[in-house]
Amino acid sequence: MKKHDQGAYEYLRHHKKFPHLWCSGCGIGIVMGSILRSVQKLELNQDDVAVVSGIGCTGRMPVYMDFNTMHTTHGRALAFATGLKLARPEMEIIVIMGDGDALAIGGNHFIHAARRNIDMTAIVVNNNIYGMTGGQSSPTTPLNARSATAPYGHIEQPFPIVDLAMAAGAPFVARSTVYHVTELDRLVEQAVRKEGFALVEVASYCHTTFGRANNIKSPIAMMRQLKDNSLSLQAADKLGDELGPEQIVRGIFRDDDRPEYTQLYDEIIERAHGPLPPRKRKVRRGWV
Amino acid sequence: MNAQLMQGNNACAAGAVAAGCRFFGGYPITPSSEIAEYMARHLPKLGGKFIQMEDEIASIAAVIGASVGGLKSMTATSGPGFSLMQENIGYAIVAEVPCVIINVMRAGPSTGLPTSPSQGDVMQARWGTHGDHPIIALAPASVRESFELTVDAFNFAEKYRTPVLVLLDEVVGHMREKVELPEVGPEQIANRVMPTVPPEWYEPFGNPPSDVPPMAPFGEGYRYHITGLLHDPRGFPTNRLDEIQPWIDRIFRKIDRNRSEICMVEEDGVEDARVLVIAYGSTARSARQAIKMARAHSGRKVGLLRLKTLWPFPEEAVERAAENAQRVIVAEMNRGQIALEVERIVGRHKVLRVGRADGQMISPSEIVDAMRARQTQAPRRPAPARL
Repeated sequence: MKKHDQGAYEYLRHHKKFPHLWCSGCGIGIVMGSILRSVQKLELNQDDVAVVSGIGCTGRMPVYMDFNTMHTTHGRALAFATGLKLARPEMEIIVIMGDGDALAIGGNHFIHAARRNIDMTAIVVNNNIYGMTGGQSSPTTPLNARSATAPYGHIEQPFPIVDLAMAAGAPFVARSTVYHVTELDRLVEQAVRKEGFALVEVASYCHTTFGRANNIKSPIAMMRQLKDNSLSLQAADKLGDELGPEQIVRGIFRDDDRPEYTQLYDEIIERAHGPLPPRKRKVRRGWV
Repeated sequence: MNAQLMQGNNACAAGAVAAGCRFFGGYPITPSSEIAEYMARHLPKLGGKFIQMEDEIASIAAVIGASVGGLKSMTATSGPGFSLMQENIGYAIVAEVPCVIINVMRAGPSTGLPTSPSQGDVMQARWGTHGDHPIIALAPASVRESFELTVDAFNFAEKYRTPVLVLLDEVVGHMREKVELPEVGPEQIANRVMPTVPPEWYEPFGNPPSDVPPMAPFGEGYRYHITGLLHDPRGFPTNRLDEIQPWIDRIFRKIDRNRSEICMVEEDGVEDARVLVIAYGSTARSARQAIKMARAHSGRKVGLLRLKTLWPFPEEAVERAAENAQRVIVAEMNRGQIALEVERIVGRHKVLRVGRADGQMISPSEIVDAMRARQTQAPRRPAPARL
């Protein structure tokens, strides 16, 4: 075993729950490796790290990781994590979601966590499909792709996760793929280090459902697609309007500083210790 | 403490703070918003946290998250928001996370009659979240009791690692009364039991003699897994029958064996009552007036059993109180939700329902009329004519 992997190995829960439930060839484990390596590189104490997830194949990730882990309800991971972060501002919180989890059922929490700028790392593993339930369309299923619920082709526009996070105000937004592992390691590490809401979209794949429905025979072929279809932010800038919808742009889209929520809240606590603000008389107008 | 004029919602919030609540996550909804406003003003002064979330689903999620972080946590809402919270209430039951949910009931279904009073969420409180589960729900009838029962709610939540519901109705929530709030000393406050074993021995969902395993907050060295999947004593998902069955038995048992403490009622002349009135919340205030009127006018032997705990249903108290009664009147602002439980225990023939779900309070005279009525069951509707 290479030294590189030993760190990740250390942070796995050894006594329980292996083998994992993902199909062989799945990309989700690669993302897990990236998270473990970044925690190791940043030399974080395992006790100070909490990993919160929602439901789906990606949502099963925390059970294998030896941190404080919480597998919550579908789409709500960010909301659970918000409460946890407020209770424990000193903790490093990593939230892991799938594309359906983060953007369909959890879309509201996603934009509001970004807007609030609460310090956590949100990792969205985007495999363009609902894998666990058998390959139904997700909010990131590409136009014209086939799925179990779009047997004649998908007619909806996919959600651009990075654009959505930027529009909602996230101060750190990045994207990579499960093929570009070293780059992914670096981005996840930067995102964890960021004080504020940091989003990393990880382009992955589901060969079991998406691949089968769209005639992409193997995980290797899907991995090759990630390699061939992705390009760096600089290369994409040069392409300009010629950038196709199937192309995945990798890199850091935004990294700036905005006041973080829990730090602002500490100021509120200080302010509240002074005299209370005068209370306005309440006027009720109709029903609410 | 001095006497003050206070609203039920504010007393409820004050009770939460007195019980040690230091986190509130909520979303505005009438008639519960005063609770959120009170918490937004008072929690930061105590170093606590208030957050207005994007919806009620997120509110209860944040409350559970904060409780896992070690803070006593609460949210407050009304019918529509309560409906949205149901899934995560189930999560708190399965993950055994203490928290308190205040539901200031308004008339439904749907947006209903905002914001007229109702007691229509009683069965939703019992069975709102999917799957078989135990639940605790309390129903105060006055401003002072809103304070007291919220303290009790936190104590039950912490002691038994479970979500606890407090069902105010709009009348109790918005009513102002002169109250002297009681001092709540540390001996009246229960805190969750922390593990004393080293982390490697810790079983967050184990099977201790008390049936309530100790709960370590995240970040204190006890790294463990929390999930809404059914799980083994360490918290890891399991399908094994020998792990699932003991767990299911335990989460029911931990509430069931403490029924005598949890089930609270107030009795007024029930021992020799020929007519027993059972009521809760603001309806119990009308009932109290009704029995006064009945006693004064006709000298009848009437009694009142006021339920402070709705779930688990105080079966023993109802059975005892109804023993000598010829008639049991169940008054509630719905079409007979607690009446179903009472009928189950005392038999259908004895019970007369006084219910309305039109956003109006039940008046004392409606209850007095029921005492005078000749038969207990409403006459059967004539069969529809054959076409």
